[in-house]
Amino acid sequence: MVEAIIKEPLWKIRLKLWARSFKTGWELFREKKLALFGLSVIIFFAIFGLVYPLYPSIMRAVFWKDDPFGYQTFAPYDPIIGFDPHIMNHPSPPSLRHPLGTDPLGRDILSMIMYSTPREFILGITAALITVVIGTIIGASCAYYGGVIDTFFMRLADIVMLFPSLALLMVLSAFIDLTLFRLALIIGMLSGFGSITLVLKAQALTIKVRPFIEAAKSTGASDAYIIFRHIIPNILPLSFLYMMLNVTGAIFTEATLSFLGLANIRMSWGVIIQMAESSGYLMGASIGTYWWLWLPAGACITLLCSAFYFLGRGLEEIVNPRLRKR
Amino acid sequence: MLRFLSKRVVQIVILLFIYVTIVFWLMEALPGSFLDKYLMNPKITPEIRENLKRQFGFDKPVLTRYLYYMKNFLVLDLGVSFSYFPKKVTSIIFERLPRTVFLFVTSTLVSYAFGYTLGKRSAWRRGKVIDQVTTFTGIVFWTIFLPLLAIFNIWLFGVILGILPLNQFIDPNLWRNVSFSAQDLFLKLLLNAFIFLIVFLTIMIISRRLKTINAKRILLYVSLIGTIIISISIWILSGRAIYAWDIIKHMVLPVFTLTLYSFAGSMLVMRDTMLDVIREDYITTAKAKGLPDKVVRDKHAARNALLPLMTNFVISLGFTISGGIITETMFSWPGLGRAYLEALSQQDTPLLIGLLVFTGVFVLIAHLVADILYAFLDPRIRY
Repeated sequence: MVEAIIKEPLWKIRLKLWARSFKTGWELFREKKLALFGLSVIIFFAIFGLVYPLYPSIMRAVFWKDDPFGYQTFAPYDPIIGFDPHIMNHPSPPSLRHPLGTDPLGRDILSMIMYSTPREFILGITAALITVVIGTIIGASCAYYGGVIDTFFMRLADIVMLFPSLALLMVLSAFIDLTLFRLALIIGMLSGFGSITLVLKAQALTIKVRPFIEAAKSTGASDAYIIFRHIIPNILPLSFLYMMLNVTGAIFTEATLSFLGLANIRMSWGVIIQMAESSGYLMGASIGTYWWLWLPAGACITLLCSAFYFLGRGLEEIVNPRLRKR
Repeated sequence: MLRFLSKRVVQIVILLFIYVTIVFWLMEALPGSFLDKYLMNPKITPEIRENLKRQFGFDKPVLTRYLYYMKNFLVLDLGVSFSYFPKKVTSIIFERLPRTVFLFVTSTLVSYAFGYTLGKRSAWRRGKVIDQVTTFTGIVFWTIFLPLLAIFNIWLFGVILGILPLNQFIDPNLWRNVSFSAQDLFLKLLLNAFIFLIVFLTIMIISRRLKTINAKRILLYVSLIGTIIISISIWILSGRAIYAWDIIKHMVLPVFTLTLYSFAGSMLVMRDTMLDVIREDYITTAKAKGLPDKVVRDKHAARNALLPLMTNFVISLGFTISGGIITETMFSWPGLGRAYLEALSQQDTPLLIGLLVFTGVFVLIAHLVADILYAFLDPRIRY
């Protein structure tokens, strides 16, 4: 009888339901001005990073028309090996040729920043994704199975939380070559086995006692089916929220490690500041004189970190009914 | 309660042993050793190198060394540091601990007081201008790149305004012909701050018994100002006020930076809990009774929202040591975080292990205290 009433295929109904929940979510989200601000900053940085390949060619067409040879030889807008032979003293202050000036090695700061932007996104999102996948699966299975699995992973989380993550990463940097992906992997695993499992497990425990889990069990659903099709979709909003907050942490950790010179990353926002510090431009009065060496890169780190945090808080107010207005 | 406590203590001891084991093997896995830097030194002959190896215990197999370490750990002996050779790790830690603790406890206290006030107000006027502004600035400072903030503050206060020293712990020129050590004076300063805190808490408890608001206020202000004046005059009479002032001056900038960086954490927690509490029935009742807005906010809502903030406070005190690496490096503050970084670059394994283990013990104790405090403050919670 039921088939006669609903003629639409199942995927279409699901799509409609998704669209509807997305629409209500968006309505709620639109009221959060700060979250919108965060989203727009993230979009801005995404575009900013994507247009990087255009930047050297535009600059070449405008300023290097008369000197194609110099452009070919010195690659003045290359973020890693670039050098501008037309300027006597590096670091040079912002000028038309170099909108944010050059660093002590004669590289263009704006091009360094633009080049690093996609890498920061990749690092932050990869680390957060790993964290959330681990945290969600472990949290859900701990809540569902209980017993030995639960005890094991909870004690593991206790131990991981005991380690100060920055100090641990510093030690790890001594015997692991911390490239971008390895760093993302390690940061992701460290926070994935840590506190996030506790939060997600607590949420999964409230789902586990709902009647539909009992119903699924009585129809003979397997454990894996219940975990992946019933429990995880219900804690997914919360994990998505924690993903946003974890992006902030990952980018911050990478920047700090690069700043201390402990990561093997060729170029990132932290490396730009480290360059300025290790060549002695961040001491006393030269801090203000050479502001373009540290301020733009630092501002970028801060802006992107806070943008993800704003987005996360905005989502939290939607996901967490405790924080909703009325 | 007692059963819960004993269970927790057993758990903590087991956790600690696993933690120490992991830390020890992690440090053993580090490539090279402290002695490697003598390899290239022509003055050190192979015989001396062998001797050094024996002295530092590198001739024994790792497992033996691990068992020795565990045996010593049981009597709270963390071994001897390599880079500060005859000094014990525990004595290095206890020399540097007061500096880190003073720095972080001060900034944590200030930032929690600040966060409590701001969070309470922004939750009360949710969605209004004050809420938006405080949340925005709070989150920006909460996610700011800490070295950036430190550099900016050094530049603004140290260079442009020139009112505060840039970094370091003391001004060496001032201390040239002084017979007492800075550490000694610093400990006295710490004691003074501790006494001040005790007096403050006692006065708070006493003033709650008083009937009128005016009496409370007078008692609070008079006694606080009195304590400050008394301690300042004692410092002046002892003739060491200028040196104490030097240390305080060097502390202002790191404390200010840390406070700015961390106040939003407590503010956001306070705001979220307040939002939860505000919807309770007793708040509506209190408003319906016609109580002034401020009384409802401070006496009815904020008091009940204080609990998560308190536990957060205790736990964050536990993390003071690990959080110090960036700040102490930026301000050249000779605390535990700097010691960690130095030990890492020198490969001073015992000091590294000692610092990590000490941090772990500190965090575990803080968690235990938080649990007890939770049960103590919230009568609904029974273990």
